[in-house]
Amino acid sequence: MADVATRPVSGRPDFSKVSFGALRRYYVGEFGASTANNLAYRGAVAIWVVTTVIQPMVSIVVWRTVAGPAGEVNGFTSAEFVTYFAITMLVDHLTFIWLMWEFEWRIRTGAMSPLLLRPIHPIHKDVCDNLSYKVIGLVGVLPAMVLLVIGFGGDVSGIGVVQVLTFLPALVLAMAVRFLLEWVLALSAFWLTKVSALNNLYFSLFLFLSGSFAPLAVLPEAVRTLAHASPFPWIVSFPVEVALGRRTGAEVWVGYLAQLGWILVALVLLRVVWRRAVRVYSAVGS
Amino acid sequence: MTAITVDRLHKTYLVPEREGGLRAAVGALVRRRRREVHAVTDVGFTIEPGEVVGFLGPNGAGKTTTLKMLSGLLHPTSGTATVLGHVPWERDRRYLGQMALIMGQRNQLQWDIPVLDSYKLNQAVFRIPDADFKARVEELSELLALEELLRKPVRNLSLGERMKCEIAGSLLHAPQVLFLDEPTIGLDVAMQRRIRSFVAEYNRRTGACVMLTSHYMADVEALCRRVIVIHHGRLLFDGALEELVHRFAGDKTINVELADEHPLDPAALGPLVDGHAVERSATGFSVRVPKAETPRVAARLLAGLPVSDLVIEEPPIESVIEQVFEATSAEVDGG
Ligand SMILES: Nc1ncnc2c1ncn2[C@@H]1O[C@H](COP(=O)(O)OP(=O)(O)OP(=O)(O)O)[C@@H](O)[C@H]1O
Ligand SMILES: [Mg+2]
Repeated sequence: MADVATRPVSGRPDFSKVSFGALRRYYVGEFGASTANNLAYRGAVAIWVVTTVIQPMVSIVVWRTVAGPAGEVNGFTSAEFVTYFAITMLVDHLTFIWLMWEFEWRIRTGAMSPLLLRPIHPIHKDVCDNLSYKVIGLVGVLPAMVLLVIGFGGDVSGIGVVQVLTFLPALVLAMAVRFLLEWVLALSAFWLTKVSALNNLYFSLFLFLSGSFAPLAVLPEAVRTLAHASPFPWIVSFPVEVALGRRTGAEVWVGYLAQLGWILVALVLLRVVWRRAVRVYSAVGS
Repeated sequence: MTAITVDRLHKTYLVPEREGGLRAAVGALVRRRRREVHAVTDVGFTIEPGEVVGFLGPNGAGKTTTLKMLSGLLHPTSGTATVLGHVPWERDRRYLGQMALIMGQRNQLQWDIPVLDSYKLNQAVFRIPDADFKARVEELSELLALEELLRKPVRNLSLGERMKCEIAGSLLHAPQVLFLDEPTIGLDVAMQRRIRSFVAEYNRRTGACVMLTSHYMADVEALCRRVIVIHHGRLLFDGALEELVHRFAGDKTINVELADEHPLDPAALGPLVDGHAVERSATGFSVRVPKAETPRVAARLLAGLPVSDLVIEEPPIESVIEQVFEATSAEVDGG
């Protein structure tokens, strides 16, 4: 038997340097593991996707009624409401994360500990888990979006190649903004044993201020002002409106910059809060 | 250079105090009352590279808390520690990359994917070169008989099989320091023995330093020449295992074999053994006497009886440990 482990390890890897090769290999592996996991529980994923699809249907029915067959609400016709909510569904699916519950569970059960013992930041695992879930969910959400538009007679006249191409960066940046913000927020679980109250507050705010509940244009002025002081419109409303062709030219660039700005803010917060979080971690469980 | 240095380490947990009832719950909203739990108090020791040290203490003594601090999971309340030249709770990746904490009751492998896939994930996390990875998986699976298990998902493994896979998975990066927290808990005797001999072999091959907690004295006897005992968070003893027995064992057992069929007269035996309870066997008897009296009692027995064989035994380690804990409990509770 070869005494392999006895051999003095030929120079340990230098963990003080970021290795993109190693990180890429980790992402591939973790993405595969998450996907295997998601496929093992595909029933649960399917149910979740169905819920994602039902929500916009409700919104469409409600807002079509409000607008009436020929009328409009603040520049949105019935047919535009349909397209708005169909694309919102896609954006919501691709930006949605559930980390706040995940963190509460990890900390209450001690499942956080193994993640802290590895020489890699735990956020990478969450990125992989998230991407995997989103890719799998697309299988249901993409066709559902098309069916919604066709079934309810959505207006797609404003959507062309330019809109799609400008939409894609806005979407990716939106995913990053929401992921980072909620990752930081989820860290509150290190201090609070129950985060559900905070979560509910957050999600109510998010619903109204992001444009998920209704296009910001049809909401009262006060809500709009509040929304623009928050990062939320850049997560849903902005990419959706870019896709619809409602934001053009300089507005698009301002949007990208705002998204980048919020990403920067979230990254700084993440650094500071994460450092404190591991300090107060009490590592329950034997 | 020492592998582990610990100095005046303290850990106090703050636990929210909860009384039952709505009133108390409402009250708790306003002012949260916290209770202090002194889990580790003023603990210090050093461990050399290559040492295997048993870390003993009854339930709630502070063993796991100490290991969590040394592996960087917990920040201490005060005190210092360095392991392999790093302060563990700074969680420098260079430290995490050469350390492993294995907990008998905790899962580090992914539940739904084959064991080998989890290992590959660890390979990426710990940046293990392909050749080393392949060789180590081979070696570990040979030592622990994992061949059949590597392709199964973790959720399909038995407790013992899972533990073996957990241990191997935690060693792929060839850690130089190994913290084992009750690695044999809940395993059958054969599996316990297998894990024990594996740990010994790993230590022999790699020269890694090992700190091990276990409530099974067989683990400790087989693996650790040195033990550190804590109780109520305080260090009680640090030294050789025999020394612990020697220091704390109050009694010794004298086993006597008698020549031929000598009729043993209990009345005559009483004074010879100072009236201690005697246990008869087929060919003789045994008696437990306080350590200090053993030479005198043995001499008297040899002089007064047709003895064919006489052996003085230390008590089993289990009962010594039990005595240690009981004695200090009384001390602490009384004072
Ligand atoms: N996360 C925690 N929060 C609050 N108190 C804790 C926590 N973890 C442990 N304790 C308390 O600290 C003390 C020491 O616990 P620890 O788990 O270190 O003991 P141990 O020696 O490992 O015991 P065992 O043999 O039962 O595993 C106990 O009184 C325990 O109740
Ligand atoms: Mg313990």
